[in-house]
Amino acid sequence: MTAVVPARTPEQEFQDRIDADDRVEPRDWMPDGYRRTLVRQIAQHAHSEIIGMQPEGNWITRAPSLRRKVILVAKVQDEAGHGLYLYGAAETLGADRDELLDMLHTGRQKYSTIFNYPTTSWADVAAIGWLVDGAAIMNQVPLTRCSYGPYARAMTRVCKEESFHQRQGFEAMMTLCHGTATQKRMAQDALDRWWWPSLMMFGPNDDASPHSAQSMAWGIKRFSNDELRQRFVDATVPQAQFLGLTVPDPDLRWDGKHWISGAIDWTEFQTVMRGDGPCNRERLRHRVAAHEDGAWVREAAAAYADKHR
Amino acid sequence: MSQPLWEVFVRSRRGLSHTHVGSLRAPDAHMALRHARDVYTRRQEGVSIWVVPAAEVVASSPDEKDAFFDPAGDKPYRHPTFYTVPDEVQHL
Repeated sequence: MTAVVPARTPEQEFQDRIDADDRVEPRDWMPDGYRRTLVRQIAQHAHSEIIGMQPEGNWITRAPSLRRKVILVAKVQDEAGHGLYLYGAAETLGADRDELLDMLHTGRQKYSTIFNYPTTSWADVAAIGWLVDGAAIMNQVPLTRCSYGPYARAMTRVCKEESFHQRQGFEAMMTLCHGTATQKRMAQDALDRWWWPSLMMFGPNDDASPHSAQSMAWGIKRFSNDELRQRFVDATVPQAQFLGLTVPDPDLRWDGKHWISGAIDWTEFQTVMRGDGPCNRERLRHRVAAHEDGAWVREAAAAYADKHR
Repeated sequence: MSQPLWEVFVRSRRGLSHTHVGSLRAPDAHMALRHARDVYTRRQEGVSIWVVPAAEVVASSPDEKDAFFDPAGDKPYRHPTFYTVPDEVQHL
């Protein structure tokens, strides 16, 4: 007599695949929640990349040398490319690109709060590369092993390119720190303003992050927010010391194993998240204007394509 | 006014096949090709690009993957390791 093997439900088969560290591909069956979570996360990630072009794009015309200028142009172009890889990945889940852009433009989908801070000096461009891209790499490297294939593959491409972003930032920071007293002050001022927002990029503390457990079970998230934040602090504090800069955290201390930072002011994070950061309105307004101003190009290209069909 | 979706394949160097790298939106084939160059080969990742309308791709269904690929599952004799060869026999 053959044993009757109870049939596995689609949910069980799906979880088996995740637990076996196998990848989910676009046409596989997946729970609605998994699909929704991924679309939201990938879209928010894509939006962050293209909004992220603005703070740095602000300095392209005023870069201090031709060398710095070509580097910055290449970096900002990469951010556009990263946005496009990610919108492509979101589309494999059935999302519509125009609809995603519309959700960004109408504020129904968010982007990283970090891009709502202004870049008031050239040193901010250096600090963004070093800190913001550094934090992004910490977040993104584990995503190259995310359970959803197209997202993981897009992140592999992004991470390869992001490493240049961080290094050029650190190099520019180093140049300022080895420069005049004024340049060094600019570097310190940039670190003072970007340090805490960079730490907030990892998201709320673990005890205040209700969706993390499900994302972990689904293999979307591999490490908790606090774990990744700790890695960033451990990696970055010695870099600041190397530069001869002071991390703006009076409570920062070495516990023998890790650099322990003071408490993060989450009310600031909430304020920026709500739309009341220094540049929220400006960023969105600029994004919408760029989209609307480009409408005639898209229309002309479509008319040309129709004519030659 | 959604532009059509294109799948992009890149040959990373001569001697290798084109490999799928992602997708993009473009109004026509010519624009898709130029766009693919900018999006997927900014660091000399390729020497040749194919763009294919995503709507034209015919794919096997993951739901029927067992029935579809099973016929090859019970034919181990298609692999060289299926055959026993004495140790003293060389070059086989």
